Amino acid sequence: MAQTDTQTIPNLIGENAPRIDAYEKVTGAAVYADDIQFGNSLLHARIKRSPHPHALIKKINSEKALALPGVKAVVTGADFPGYIGLYLKDRHIFCRDRVRYVGDPVAGVAAVSEEIAEKALDLIEVEYEVLEPVLDPEFGAKPEAPLLHPDLGQYTVANFIFPQPGTNISNHFKIRKGDVESAWGKCAAIVERKYRVPQIQHVPIEPHVAVAKVDETGEITLWGSSQSPFAQRNLIAQSLGISQSKMRVIAPYVGGGFGCKAGVSMESLAVAIALKVKGRPVKLLLTREEEFYSAFVRQGLVSYIKMGCDEKGRLLALENAFYWDGGAYTEYGVNITRAAGYSSSGPYEIPNVKTDSYCIYTNHPVGGAMRGFGMPEMHAGLEQCIDELALQIGIDAVEFRKINCLKTGSVLVTGSKMHATGLPLCIEKTAEAIGWGKKSPPSAPNKRRGKGLALMWKAPAMPPNAGSSAWVELAEDGTVNVGVGGQEIGQGVFTVIAQMAAAALGVPYESVRIATPVDTRYSPYEWQTVASRLTWSMGNAVVNAAKDAKRQILDTVAEAWKEPAEDLDIVNGVVISYKSEKELPLKNLVVYGLPKPNGQGWWGGPVVGRGNFMPTYVTGLDAETGQGERAVVHYTTGAQAVEVEVDLDTGRVEVVKGVSTFDVGKAINPELVKAQMEGGFVQGMSSALFESLQLKDGVVRNPSFVDYRIATSADIPKRLESYIVEVAQDDGPWGARGIGEHSMVPTIPAIANAIYDAVGVRLEGPPFTAEKVYLAMLDAGIVK
Amino acid sequence: MGFHKINITVNGGAEEVVVPSNMTLMRMLRESLALTGTKNGCSAGECGACTVLLNGEPVNSCMVLAAECDGAEVVTVEGLADEKQLTPIQQTVINEGGVQCGFCTPGILISSYALLERNPNPSEDEIREALVGNLCRCTGYTRIIEGVKEAAKMQPPAG
Repeated sequence: MAQTDTQTIPNLIGENAPRIDAYEKVTGAAVYADDIQFGNSLLHARIKRSPHPHALIKKINSEKALALPGVKAVVTGADFPGYIGLYLKDRHIFCRDRVRYVGDPVAGVAAVSEEIAEKALDLIEVEYEVLEPVLDPEFGAKPEAPLLHPDLGQYTVANFIFPQPGTNISNHFKIRKGDVESAWGKCAAIVERKYRVPQIQHVPIEPHVAVAKVDETGEITLWGSSQSPFAQRNLIAQSLGISQSKMRVIAPYVGGGFGCKAGVSMESLAVAIALKVKGRPVKLLLTREEEFYSAFVRQGLVSYIKMGCDEKGRLLALENAFYWDGGAYTEYGVNITRAAGYSSSGPYEIPNVKTDSYCIYTNHPVGGAMRGFGMPEMHAGLEQCIDELALQIGIDAVEFRKINCLKTGSVLVTGSKMHATGLPLCIEKTAEAIGWGKKSPPSAPNKRRGKGLALMWKAPAMPPNAGSSAWVELAEDGTVNVGVGGQEIGQGVFTVIAQMAAAALGVPYESVRIATPVDTRYSPYEWQTVASRLTWSMGNAVVNAAKDAKRQILDTVAEAWKEPAEDLDIVNGVVISYKSEKELPLKNLVVYGLPKPNGQGWWGGPVVGRGNFMPTYVTGLDAETGQGERAVVHYTTGAQAVEVEVDLDTGRVEVVKGVSTFDVGKAINPELVKAQMEGGFVQGMSSALFESLQLKDGVVRNPSFVDYRIATSADIPKRLESYIVEVAQDDGPWGARGIGEHSMVPTIPAIANAIYDAVGVRLEGPPFTAEKVYLAMLDAGIVK
Repeated sequence: MGFHKINITVNGGAEEVVVPSNMTLMRMLRESLALTGTKNGCSAGECGACTVLLNGEPVNSCMVLAAECDGAEVVTVEGLADEKQLTPIQQTVINEGGVQCGFCTPGILISSYALLERNPNPSEDEIREALVGNLCRCTGYTRIIEGVKEAAKMQPPAG
């Protein structure tokens, strides 16, 4: 249970405090990793990458590169035998004997300038023996597919991930709930479909950057654009076989993350190179082109979905097969596969579910976490099936969802019960705001309008014991310094944390500072800035730390005033007594304490509150059935609806209106919550209409902003509405749960359903480009 | 490689800088003058994060060679506010919630500032058009556009 009351909400909680980081960011003062100045000692690193999707490395000759003036070091996989990986340690920092995707790092160079480093790459000679690649996940899962990781059985793996040695399957997650086979016979309507969701890129505007420096004692400092400073400390230290105390990560503001700066990717390359040039900082800044093919991608998904309901529209059975294109290695992919499995019912109560979710090695770019963590891909098909099934059984799609959606106490796909949820209210609000059931006229005779709606659910996908910690200390002037290890990646968490600390301690918001940058040497531990978990998890830690500080302060004052601490409080930075009505500003005691009368000594001392939070109740799931007590900490639920206009002459789809409603438990800062809903909607819309990594023979053919289009200011809907539902989370600070990722989960199917409503065509998968929509309309005889 | 000595006015101050022939204006600002508010998002003129005013016009500074800027006047995000006060567009983008990760923000502010200089009362379509070269992945643009509208309201009437 949380340390906060979900009934009595203090000032500041639920208020739109101004962003704590905004002034720095509009004046150019905010420091990002690439802005840190290192002076003349800085070396620049570049990476020699594999041109082949799959090959054996026969020989590497770097003598000529080393001889180039200005080159200080060349490193290869021979120097670093350790494995690295978050859930499954399946890769080396640099390839040793085999390359598995186009872009796989083979060697690294440090030189006095980027130009010289780049030149040196051309002088490194690598001899390959080219092997047959795996370029499709379904093929990759077959016995005849070439084996990409012959040592899969030897890799270290988390105990909830199930690799299949001797195959390309890095995880197979199963749900066996009820009896699907016998349920089909009771269904009055059945829909069976196949969907394909392509790989896409995160595209933060700030490219990945890491600067590493190794001092003479072997201590490593890494400055990076990072969502995971502590995980990077841990994983890189493990891979190098050194103590975590020898590895320090400093992480300033992140210029957009969306998951691609979580875990370890290119950071380990910078560290490895720096180990060869002790004393000198080495900077590795990915080019935008590298960003597209060498950074983690959102995995591709091929899904087969079969769904049935009875004559009253009650869902009876669901069967899924998910083939995830995990790429060459799997930092997060194996857990995305698991998360999609234990969420595979979508936000519906279905008595009989069978799901097989496979993560498959392919010779494609490495799959990683991306905003939604498998949920946008999984919901893309599921929520279209729901529409099709509703149509077949003759029930309105919104009504059908209301019948079947999760309510408080519903039995989940993993067998446990749904916690308090406002999902039914989200559906109602969204349907009302989009004007469900009303057709509006198109803007031109050659256009057709349609509306679509989709639901979502998503839990933080993480190890059961992912923890947070925080400290709260006060300065001579009574200002409050809050130490956290979670990152500000744009979502506004520092603002929300400052609000929570101020509310829990009893000080004005303006007197709170966040101790930045996050530095693993000084900042308290935080697992990672992922999974939309910080407001909830780190928030609880901060509240606990603020309460601890408050207790220390009140104990001191209670002793001095000879009053029970229960009669004292801190309001607006002043200690007050409800009994004696005495007052004392915090600044008078939080550092130097309080003098005893007549020079008899002192009470108190510098105040430092500490707090932590870790869920202790998450249980495992049965490996064969996926059933268990409590698979996750909680689910955030919500709904989106869109109105689109389809141009019959071109196939162009325009989203004219978007509506989002999510149950966030408690909005600590409602405008920041809505900003997440809007930004997520547009990112989801962009993925639905424009985005796809064009992979041909393992090569990303569109690695630039010109060829890989993301939504611009000209593309967004003229009307975007966001609504907040608040059904409290029992263990969230004042009831809060996460919202960062959820806002892009239902967008693809909402748009797909709207396109169907407008022109009666469905596509196998996004992006719903003008060309694809036009051809589908041509096929269906809608246009000639 | 050749080097060039250029005289350039940056944010109102005169600078004399020696730059190699291949150095872009973006790199000169970030590396030689330590004005790191101008961001490097793609080095290819595609994302707009490095937008600065060059003789009053918004340009992608990664696409301009520093050596070409002899005698030029440059304004970066650091030059928008005076010591006491933010310029209206900075304040309204904060007020409307148009800042998230902040990496596109400097370029967005410069493009918006340039728009309002040449068109004090832009329509929503004109605002969208002016920002089309500034990619933002966080905000979905809505609150930035609102910020520009609000800044337009704050401008003193022309004449």
